[in-house]
Amino acid sequence: MLVAITCAIAGTFVVLRGLAFVGDALSHGVLPGIATALIFGVSGIIGAAVGAGVMMGGVNLVTRRYKLSSDTAIGLLFVGMLALGVLITSSSPKFPEDLDHILFGESLAVKPTNLIWQGIALLVVGAIGVFARRPFLLMSVDDGLAQTSGFNVTFFQNLMMAMIGLTVIASFQTVGTLLVLGMLIAPAATGVFFARRISSMMLIASVIGCVASYSGLLISFHFELAASASIVLVAVSIFAVGAIATEIKRSRNLRHDELPHQHEHAHAH
Amino acid sequence: MHTETILASHLSIGFGKHTVVANIEFTTSPGALVVLIGTNGSGKSTLLKTLAGMLKPISGSVKILDGDPGKSPRRVAYLPQHPISSHTLPLRARDVVAMGRFANLGLFNRESLEDRRILQTSLERTGTIEFAEKPLRDLSSGQQQRTHLAQVLTRQAEVLLLDEPTAGLDINGRKLVAEIIANERARGVTVVMATHELQDADNANTVMLLAQRVVSIGAPEVALRDEYLRECFGFTQPH
Repeated sequence: MLVAITCAIAGTFVVLRGLAFVGDALSHGVLPGIATALIFGVSGIIGAAVGAGVMMGGVNLVTRRYKLSSDTAIGLLFVGMLALGVLITSSSPKFPEDLDHILFGESLAVKPTNLIWQGIALLVVGAIGVFARRPFLLMSVDDGLAQTSGFNVTFFQNLMMAMIGLTVIASFQTVGTLLVLGMLIAPAATGVFFARRISSMMLIASVIGCVASYSGLLISFHFELAASASIVLVAVSIFAVGAIATEIKRSRNLRHDELPHQHEHAHAH
Repeated sequence: MHTETILASHLSIGFGKHTVVANIEFTTSPGALVVLIGTNGSGKSTLLKTLAGMLKPISGSVKILDGDPGKSPRRVAYLPQHPISSHTLPLRARDVVAMGRFANLGLFNRESLEDRRILQTSLERTGTIEFAEKPLRDLSSGQQQRTHLAQVLTRQAEVLLLDEPTAGLDINGRKLVAEIIANERARGVTVVMATHELQDADNANTVMLLAQRVVSIGAPEVALRDEYLRECFGFTQPH
């Protein structure tokens, strides 16, 4: 539930600003960090934070210094970090188990400390969302608009990345680095179909995230399936249903709109 | 007391080290309309972005309202070209217009009654009020353009920098834009706008013809002489 709401807030901005790929890259970028931390017996969260920092710094460096598109930079670092993560974990004696946990999470083995971390992350992400709602909104329309409104775009861009990073780091223990992306994107993307305002988009995404978590867990319990995967699959299925519903609504509207449109044309002439 | 709202001297503009237009000289006074005309890539948008503080001048100097560009967001409003980057935005036209007040509100201030009154006036003046409650993505490109123009007006700025405000508008839409600009000028607002349309220059104080250099600058009847138009576009206006 905490994961669902944190992901809904951060995910809303991810979807609006088209940062899905960044979220993807981040969630994999943290892998070597976590793996290294586990080997040295440090908390996985610290490792994840370092991994995320390296990933974001790397993307910034490659795009700015070498003038490559951010897609290329992210793709490059993303596979690099993933490979590095697999290499590090494969050198660990408990390799298959570790990698499995990092990638797919352990929804059913969440410790109380994880919950506290997740709660703190939710508060911080929520606070950033409230604090920076105006610049984030302007930036989702146009960076120039945010800049000429007196907001420092570089600062708020980094803040948004930090918010996504925090979400990924805090959520990976529960849903895993691979599946956190599903929770980040799927509910928020579904929200786009039905919301007319940013706040309602976040609310819809939170509700969908919670419903997906609950029903995903139920399904996994009854059919003995992997818990995190079930949750994400439910979230993606809800998105698919939303997409189909929107298609149907749109085709109906088109038929409905034929008359008013003609009227508008007549008016214009 | 200074009467110039914009003062550009020996101004060279461009991206990084790449100069697009060199040696621009012009000044504007309150209530003036400066129209920038040229083909795509001629430097119109680059000049507006420089005035908005989004690009640094390569050399020379430019002052807006006695300060550096970009330093007074409450007093200078900028309308980007094709501002919609994403049609997935779940925003109503009204929300987009309200975003124009963010420069005045900053991060924390709450919307006051005065802010709401300004919002309402901008919606009415641009005709955006007719579709204010509709999601932006359901609007035609002309309606979206009007929405963004309304947003610029809510800033209640002293200088308006408009990048092709008439693009995508039909004849009525263009008339509306001309009317809005005339009203703003009557309030003493300086307007600098880029356009492809020669008619947009009719009421200008100053016209600047650009083709990666300043081809001509001056009153419309001077700057739009046939020889300059031929130089700029390769053809002349039919008489």
